[in-house]
Order: sequence, then C-alpha cells, then structure tokens
Amino acid sequence: MPERPLSPHLTVYKFKYTLAASILNRFAGLNLSAGLLLLVYWLAAIAGGARSYAQARQVLSLGICKLIYAILLASFAYHLVAGLRHLVWDTGRGLERETARRSAWIIAFVSAVLALILVYCMLRPGAYTR
Amino acid sequence: MSLRSPLGRVLGRGSAKEGVHQWLLQRLTSVALVPLSIGFVASLIALPALDYATVVGWVRQPGTALGLILFILVATRHSQLGVRVVIEDYVHSVGLKTLGLVIANFAHVLVAATAVFAVLKVALGGRL
Repeated sequence: MPERPLSPHLTVYKFKYTLAASILNRFAGLNLSAGLLLLVYWLAAIAGGARSYAQARQVLSLGICKLIYAILLASFAYHLVAGLRHLVWDTGRGLERETARRSAWIIAFVSAVLALILVYCMLRPGAYTR
Repeated sequence: MSLRSPLGRVLGRGSAKEGVHQWLLQRLTSVALVPLSIGFVASLIALPALDYATVVGWVRQPGTALGLILFILVATRHSQLGVRVVIEDYVHSVGLKTLGLVIANFAHVLVAATAVFAVLKVALGGRL
C-alpha cells in the first residue's frame, strides 16, 4: 500500500460536547465488544453442564461483575441511541451544526433514561433471586 | 525526507478502491442489531430466574436459540469492524497495528464460533 497522507483530525478540533458524544460512542462500543467475552463465557458455562454453570455463577454474581453489568447496560443504551443518530446522519439528514448539537443532548437524555430503566430491570435488589 | 507536499503525494494515486464494503457492512450490521440486541436484552429481562434449569429451558426454545445465534454472529461482525477502525485510528506503529488487527480478528472469530457452538449444544443436545 502506498503511504497516504492523513487528513488532519483530533488535534485540529476544539473540544466540545458533540466531540464527547462521538468519542463516547466508540468507548461504549468497545465496552460492548468486551461484553461479548462475558456473554460467551456465560453461554459456554451453560453448555458445560450444571456443575460448570454453578461455578460460573459464583464468578458472575460477584460485586465487581454487578458493576460491569451496569457499565455494559449503560454502554448498550448509549451505543444503541447514538448509533440510531449515526444511521440518520448516513441518510444525509441532521448534519447541520444546530441540529447536531441539539441531537447530542437528545441522545444523552434518552440513553440515560434507557440505561436507568435497564439497570432497574436487571440489577435492582430482588431481580433474579434464583 | 520528501519535499513533496501531502497533496502532491496523494494526487494521481486514485482512491484506495476498497473500504466502502466495510463501511456498508458496519451500517448493515448496525441496522440488524437494532432489533436483535433489543430482543436479546428484552429476553434476558423476561427471564424469571437465572438458575440452571431456567436458563437451559430458555436456550432450548427454538426462538431463543435462533435469536441468540443471529445476535452473536451479527454482533461479533459489527464488533470486529468497530474494533478494527479503533485500532487503525489510534495505533500508529505498523507492526503493532498489524499485530493488534490479527489478534482482534482471531478473537472475534473464536468468540463467535464458541458462542454458536455452545448455543447449538444446549439447544440440540440431549440431557446435559
């Protein structure tokens, strides 16, 4: 591959919340990629039989794992909502500065509400007692 | 050091002629993941308990097994494309970048294959 010069990026932009909204989407996506490891561990433990599942459950119900689930649920909520914003952008709509700034606030609000709902559904005390 | 300007270096090279495919696949997988991921999370929320019998019974339902397999395949592909872009953007040394991409790609294939195998084993297997 021939060496191609890069267009200037990152360093040439003034930091603004729209930039935070964008980098947060990558960060959330990376969290979810790591979350796939947790999913495959859980599924493999189920496939391994009752004893392997019991062992995995001990690990998966540690306090630190609860924190990880909360982070994953928040990442999912944000990546989903911010991803929908990207899909709208891909149609060529919503790219004007004013609209993009407003939609940054909208996705922050919607994803925060969604994250709280998900955390309540799955991590409240008393959920999944068995 | 070359005295040619960045513009001079790139003029006449034409486009890289690839990459659009990956861009498009990232979008297609993201569209597919909207219902698949919502379905997966909703299905988890709907689980009454997380004990072994409940979870096995859940995976054995054809709808769950099919949904899980689709979700895993599409999610790992989407994740692989995303992680790839992140490595390409932030890892600048050619050697580290290549190594990172190879490891990330292998890891994604391994995760996808393991997860699909696990679901099939539970869904199609006899007594566990």
